[in-house]
Amino acid sequence: MSDIVGYRRPAPGTQPKHLHPPYVSSITRAPSKPLVHLPHTLTEVTGPLFGKEAVEAKACDLTRQHSGEPLGERIIVSGQVLDEDARPVSHTLVEVWQANAAGRYLHKVDQHDAPLDPNFTGCGHTVTDEGGRYRFVTIRPGAYPWRNHHNAWRPAHIHFSLFGPAFATRLVTQMYFPGDALIPFDPIFNSTVDEQARHRLISVFDWASTIPDQALGYHFDIILNGREATPMEW
Amino acid sequence: MAFQATTSQTVGPFFTIGFDRLNKVNLVAPGISGERVTIVGRVVDGDGKPVPDALLETWQANSHGKYAHPEDQQNKTLEPGFQGFGRIGVDENGGFLFTTVKPGAVPGPKGKMQAPHIAVSVFARGLLLRLVTRVYFPEEPANAADYVLNLVEPARRGSLIARKTAVAGKLEWNVILQGADETVFFDC
Repeated sequence: MSDIVGYRRPAPGTQPKHLHPPYVSSITRAPSKPLVHLPHTLTEVTGPLFGKEAVEAKACDLTRQHSGEPLGERIIVSGQVLDEDARPVSHTLVEVWQANAAGRYLHKVDQHDAPLDPNFTGCGHTVTDEGGRYRFVTIRPGAYPWRNHHNAWRPAHIHFSLFGPAFATRLVTQMYFPGDALIPFDPIFNSTVDEQARHRLISVFDWASTIPDQALGYHFDIILNGREATPMEW
Repeated sequence: MAFQATTSQTVGPFFTIGFDRLNKVNLVAPGISGERVTIVGRVVDGDGKPVPDALLETWQANSHGKYAHPEDQQNKTLEPGFQGFGRIGVDENGGFLFTTVKPGAVPGPKGKMQAPHIAVSVFARGLLLRLVTRVYFPEEPANAADYVLNLVEPARRGSLIARKTAVAGKLEWNVILQGADETVFFDC
């Protein structure tokens, strides 16, 4: 059996700290003891793979899951899933979920006094193509209040979940929208020290994917951990 | 290196609308070989309170010690009905339950085999990154020499090893996010 080639660890500051007190929920949930460094073994360089069979073709269009059209501003969200060496991550599952245009999630715990939309569930999925590309049609989610602190509002965002090729490449993140005035005040967005890393979570308005008379386009590339150059040395 | 990996963000409180589709609490189809185990437990926070909005994902080899993944080049039997992935939500009391087979041993560092284990990702509101941990099995002789278990200080190893219960085939393993009895989490 050949030697294991592990995945790279994040550059310092480019990922959130577990404990970020301005995000109040992290105070009682973040680990208090140092994490144990785990060398990547066969367990970590393998992982669940979801091919086309796990995907419903219509699930990439969140505006066509009901009999009518959802309210709100129709948008296209597309981009590429790459690794840190700019190699496309093809045939990998991308899951998304979001609030509706009024800033309300179709979830029993969401008590925000904004209307639900009978034509919008707010979840979708797709797999990337050979070039690592994905594309969703959806509506722009609304901002919504939360109880983290006085007058707390989350900027508009879409949750993304990706698996990549291995257990070590699992990523859950959030995509934000350019020009959103709430972003600089958001404790979750601000949980990452590195300013450039943080700002890569903001999508870019994109004429190339904008459809005339139909929908504005936003571009959001997602980078998964790259591979080490050489096998692990024990 | 052309890019840096995208920053992780919390799943927040409403992830079930996106995740429910792939929920899998029974990983075992009829005809799959191996010893059935049901693992029950709770996710609790630093105040000892249940975490009602958490989710576990599990990844493991089959009972032969073979991963359903092209990078597992071992000459061992692959069972098409067993993928090795679980996605398990918790109830309002932070409780969870999943049923699987005890995985076989898989290769580890320095040419030695690892003790049977299940890799686990924990997601929850309040977690800005997933937490990575492992479940090992009780009364398993291979635990003593397991490379990863031996990276952990002895007093904390127990948090990674499921406990037997009064019911045969049923094991208990809890996720304690914070505090004196905190589960060991790995930097993965």
